[in-house]
Amino acid sequence: MKIPLSYSFRSLWTRKLTTFLTIAGVALVSFVFTAVLMLANGVKNTMVATGSADNAIVLRKSAESETLSIITFDEADVIGTQPEIAIGNDGKPLMTKEVLTLINLKKHGAQPNDLSNVTVRGVTPDGILLRPQVKLTSGRMFNFGSSELIVGNEIADRFDGMGIGNTIKFAGRTWKIVGHFDAGRSGFASDIWGDANQILQAFNRQAYSSIVMRLKSPKDFAALKARFEADPRLNNLKIEPEKQFYAEQSQTLANFIRILGIVITVIFSFGAMVGAMITMYAAVANRTVEIGTLRALGFHRRSVLGAFLIESLFIALLGAGIGLLAASTLSLLTISTTDFASFSEIAFGFTMTGPIIISTFLFAAVMGFIGGFLPSFRAARLDIVNALRSA
Amino acid sequence: MAEPIVQVRNVTKIYKRDTMDIPVLQNISLDVPEGEFLALMGPSGSGKTTLLNLVAGIDRPNNGSITIAGSDISKLNESDLAKWRARHVGFVFQFYNLIPVLTAYENVELPLLLTHLSKAERKQHVEAALSVVGLADRMKHYPKQLSGGQEQRVAIARAIVTDPTIIVADEPTGDLDRKSAEDVLALMEQLNQEFKKTIVMVTHDPQAAEKAHKTRHLDKGELSQN
Ligand SMILES: Nc1ncnc2c1ncn2[C@@H]1O[C@H](COP(=O)(O)OP(=O)(O)O)[C@@H](O)[C@H]1O
Ligand SMILES: [Mg+2]
Repeated sequence: MKIPLSYSFRSLWTRKLTTFLTIAGVALVSFVFTAVLMLANGVKNTMVATGSADNAIVLRKSAESETLSIITFDEADVIGTQPEIAIGNDGKPLMTKEVLTLINLKKHGAQPNDLSNVTVRGVTPDGILLRPQVKLTSGRMFNFGSSELIVGNEIADRFDGMGIGNTIKFAGRTWKIVGHFDAGRSGFASDIWGDANQILQAFNRQAYSSIVMRLKSPKDFAALKARFEADPRLNNLKIEPEKQFYAEQSQTLANFIRILGIVITVIFSFGAMVGAMITMYAAVANRTVEIGTLRALGFHRRSVLGAFLIESLFIALLGAGIGLLAASTLSLLTISTTDFASFSEIAFGFTMTGPIIISTFLFAAVMGFIGGFLPSFRAARLDIVNALRSA
Repeated sequence: MAEPIVQVRNVTKIYKRDTMDIPVLQNISLDVPEGEFLALMGPSGSGKTTLLNLVAGIDRPNNGSITIAGSDISKLNESDLAKWRARHVGFVFQFYNLIPVLTAYENVELPLLLTHLSKAERKQHVEAALSVVGLADRMKHYPKQLSGGQEQRVAIARAIVTDPTIIVADEPTGDLDRKSAEDVLALMEQLNQEFKKTIVMVTHDPQAAEKAHKTRHLDKGELSQN
């Protein structure tokens, strides 16, 4: 590159306003692009945090999600006898038989008839023990054998009537909220928890949804899985490491957000590219004599091409930097959306990662390159004599 | 006598506008011996700039050959021609054609970026060239901070900094007041006398032509001896 970089940068600076507007356009697109990837990542992190490394989860083979799964009481009893399951202090296997149902609740500020699905998870006493992420933040734990509930912080913060001491009605009963819990970044933060047996009775259900168990060691998983496959009584069930299960659950939603977001940003990016192109064409037109002079002095066509491409790449990369900076403030934010696997409310944060930063810069560089190429090519193709005569 | 440094042989230049042919130069031949200061005069539109551009290697003839210091430049390809210009030609334009975003120093340094000189060597050359034109104290100034006459002197420094084989100047005083024009012409004369530069200068200005050793007139596509 023989034409000095300072030539490109200072030329940009001489047309501050158009340069600034073009940078702003690229920054906006980069912001949206980054935000979408951060959200997709947040979804994934939330779901993965929902699982624990030494837990395994059992579901019906045909079920895509916990809500759609059914495990009969007989099956549950068989599962309880498996030797790979760790034994708790009470001498019984460490496992929680859970039932998931959806209830309708009103979000803060929503219309009275605009209700959202919320997951109610009935757990058995080991349920808390197996989920170290879940910590009571106020109030107390519900009593087994009563119609009491504890509410995850994402639901407590977002929905009406979730205060401690409040009651809610569903399944023909009145339930009392006795505590709030925090579940870190895991999906449990968007649950309401109660006693599995109470919930089964209230809904008159004859089966659990899922069973989660602590293994003696994560290495025992293979043996347990083999036993599951061999046992005809467990033929209709599948067992998975809990982390893997939640990661798979998040994949669909994360992919959906990512693809939709990328499609939208690519459409937006045409605007930014056309903006960059107009800016660069104007730059070439204004500097025709300069280009002719540089060429007369002996600079090659490719040097001229390079000098103009650098201008447009610089615009794009600066825009990407600004967009990234703005988007990184989103990591302070939590948003909620519907988890498509269960159609229940689930809250996510935006998570910035190294690959997102790299992708954004690459994406912007492509915008800058495409937007700048034709104008730069025109600059490089100018006929010297005609360019000099245009003074 | 040595070979002329510029040998224009039977050059024809025809511009095409749409389907119309506009013949500008017809079978022109011109010799410029080394060390000569030649003025090219003639009415507007007679093809002076066109001839100068051909000699400077930024345009190509339809016919004929142009040999400068032994090489036939009408046979060079685009890229080699650019290299050739960087090595052999110093340009002085009517409107100076300095790069507005570069300082006087950087403008003069520009042609040296195409050589293999180190930064320190470039600095020496740039400072020497700016001293010759009397603007060593204006190195850090941008073109818009200079007067027209000063701009043209910076442009002359840029034209001589690579020690080119020939200097081509297209109406170098055309945009200057009398006083600045005289300074610029004095400088051109000095380059020719003191530094033995071969100069081809297009001009309208009889006073400018007076400084030259020799004047040729171009009219209706033909060159007359003067
Ligand atoms: N690119 C071009 N296309 C068509 N005609 C041109 C072009 N460049 C110059 N001409 C014509 O060639 C003639 C000579 O131009 P020029 O060499 O600039 O004359 P001068 O420098 O003597 O005024 C003019 O009639 C001009 O209109
Ligand atoms: Mg002319």
